[in-house]
Amino acid sequence: MTQPVLSVRDLRVEFPTRSGTLVAVDGVSLDIAPGEILGVVGESGAGKSMTGMAVLGLLEPPGRIAAGEVRLAGARIDNLDERGLERVRGREIGAIFQDPLTSLNPVLSIGDQLVETIRVHTRCDRRTAREQAVAALTAVGIPAPTTRIDHFPHQFSGGMRQRVVIALALCANPKLVIADEPTTALDVSIQAQITALLKRLCKEHGTAVMLITHDMGVIAETADRVAVMYAGRLAEVGPVLDVIREPRHPYTRGLMGSIPSLRSRVDELVQIDGSMPRLDRMPPGCAFHPRCPDAGPRCARERPDPHPVGTGAVACWLEQGGVNGG
Amino acid sequence: MADTLLAVDGLTRVFDVSAPWLNRVLEGRPRQLLRAVDDVSFSITAGQTVSLVGESGCGKSTVARLVVGLHAPSAGEIRLIRPDLRLQMIFQDPYASLNPRWRVRSIVAEPIRTLGLRSDEAAIRARVDELLGIVGLGASDGDKYPHEFSGGQRQRISIARALASEPEFLVCDEPTSALDVSVQAQILNLMKKLQRELGLTYLFISHDLSVVRHVSDVVAVMYLGRIVEEAPVETLFRRPLHPYTRLLLDTIPDLEAPRRDRTPMGGEVPSPIDPPKGCTFHPRCPLASERCRHERPELAARADAGRVACHAVEEGRHK
Repeated sequence: MTQPVLSVRDLRVEFPTRSGTLVAVDGVSLDIAPGEILGVVGESGAGKSMTGMAVLGLLEPPGRIAAGEVRLAGARIDNLDERGLERVRGREIGAIFQDPLTSLNPVLSIGDQLVETIRVHTRCDRRTAREQAVAALTAVGIPAPTTRIDHFPHQFSGGMRQRVVIALALCANPKLVIADEPTTALDVSIQAQITALLKRLCKEHGTAVMLITHDMGVIAETADRVAVMYAGRLAEVGPVLDVIREPRHPYTRGLMGSIPSLRSRVDELVQIDGSMPRLDRMPPGCAFHPRCPDAGPRCARERPDPHPVGTGAVACWLEQGGVNGG
Repeated sequence: MADTLLAVDGLTRVFDVSAPWLNRVLEGRPRQLLRAVDDVSFSITAGQTVSLVGESGCGKSTVARLVVGLHAPSAGEIRLIRPDLRLQMIFQDPYASLNPRWRVRSIVAEPIRTLGLRSDEAAIRARVDELLGIVGLGASDGDKYPHEFSGGQRQRISIARALASEPEFLVCDEPTSALDVSVQAQILNLMKKLQRELGLTYLFISHDLSVVRHVSDVVAVMYLGRIVEEAPVETLFRRPLHPYTRLLLDTIPDLEAPRRDRTPMGGEVPSPIDPPKGCTFHPRCPLASERCRHERPELAARADAGRVACHAVEEGRHK
């Protein structure tokens, strides 16, 4: 196998608080190959955004990486200082966030923002940078880019703004893009345009993508593989169609069943009773066991780690010798 | 029809979005009007769920607010089966719609006190406990404050408060869009159960077609303030006629058929302040003809069931 662009090993993100240490990400390991789109899916508080922020080195203090490694094309980046991180962010890793209005500077024209970014990363003169900026806007499908380049963010619609953000994230030709809920603020018809664009550009450039979202539909359409997170841990990883058609972890099964179908109608949706545990009240053993229909005594005692099953990996005792033993 | 609970006829709401008077005078800018809802008619049969679906800015939430009386209509009328029909609203954001300084018990008891539905404190208390039980909360939850609950539980409190006035009709404006999917499933199951047990009628506002498919009896699709197609849920999802409905259904991800060959819809929703002439969908429509650019299509009966507003369908060009 070729070397993965991103390799995360046993990542642990902690928030020390007065009442104790909260573990937001706990023992997460992921690989993303060149040109591959890895979807990271989970509900609010599952730790999916925190994982993305940890890779970007953007954790809000007092949050910190307490253990584990993050490697970009083989080189460790989790232990870099701020200057080192600045060299990596933007040039090697691009970022796309949910709200395109807050990720653009409202008082600079989008051309200025693109030119600045391109010049920081490629050290070319202003004119060449501007030509590249126009090319970048053309690539993301902004109509009349030579005029639009001098417009300000508020003059664009939400979908067009997100295209500008994608142009910014990709203009230095990064190896990896972290896209955190890139289409959540957009309407469905625009959502499809943006995911198709992201997918096409990343395939063309061989960019690896970590696509973080709560929306299984977006993952199904866009990602190659999917990682399902629950309570800061990985529940299941696998090729996206396999996980959707044949989810193995009881949480993934519940999650898939709770999504209403477009094809047929059931009287009652599958319901996972209760809610995700709070970080300060994490149950022992498997974090999902209090809500799990298949839980046995072992699940309350021992924590399962992701274990290869079929084409993917599942962190569940059901797939590793049963819920009663141990 | 005898059991039509609510009928909306020619409903229109115009908002004045002009610049302030001084700017208009100094800069010579004209008055600007936004037709958020434009000539909308539909009716709701008792015990049914009618959904309004569409993208942001299509006017669906404005219709909801007009129906419960939070806005006054600019034209048209809303007729209730009886003047004393009780209707209630459930809002999208369970964080903003509950008073953070009140205990849950007071929040749920307020409609009971205001409407004088129970005479003494003991009866009010018993009724609040009953309501909390109906929505799946415990009686002890009544003594807590809203911040102590998760989003899904807060939406349960909103539903208990709405039920406190013993309504027959609930207007639900995106009641699950702020919730995670597993919590959404809990709330949708609860709403269906309440409909069965209490005989409730729902006007359901949503942008999520899979949710709409799950809850509705009748679906109306809105685009730029107008209903473009309306039909019983199975008919609409199996045989959509309007090009907008078809593109919408074609665009959304389908977990049972991921990666199907989709035609992504080009363009964006035009500004409702200056909508296109003729059929407002024509700039994005693959079937647009010269007639569509000039003449606005009216809602006409579909051959099977429901109504559709499209020249191409009328002329048989949609096949």
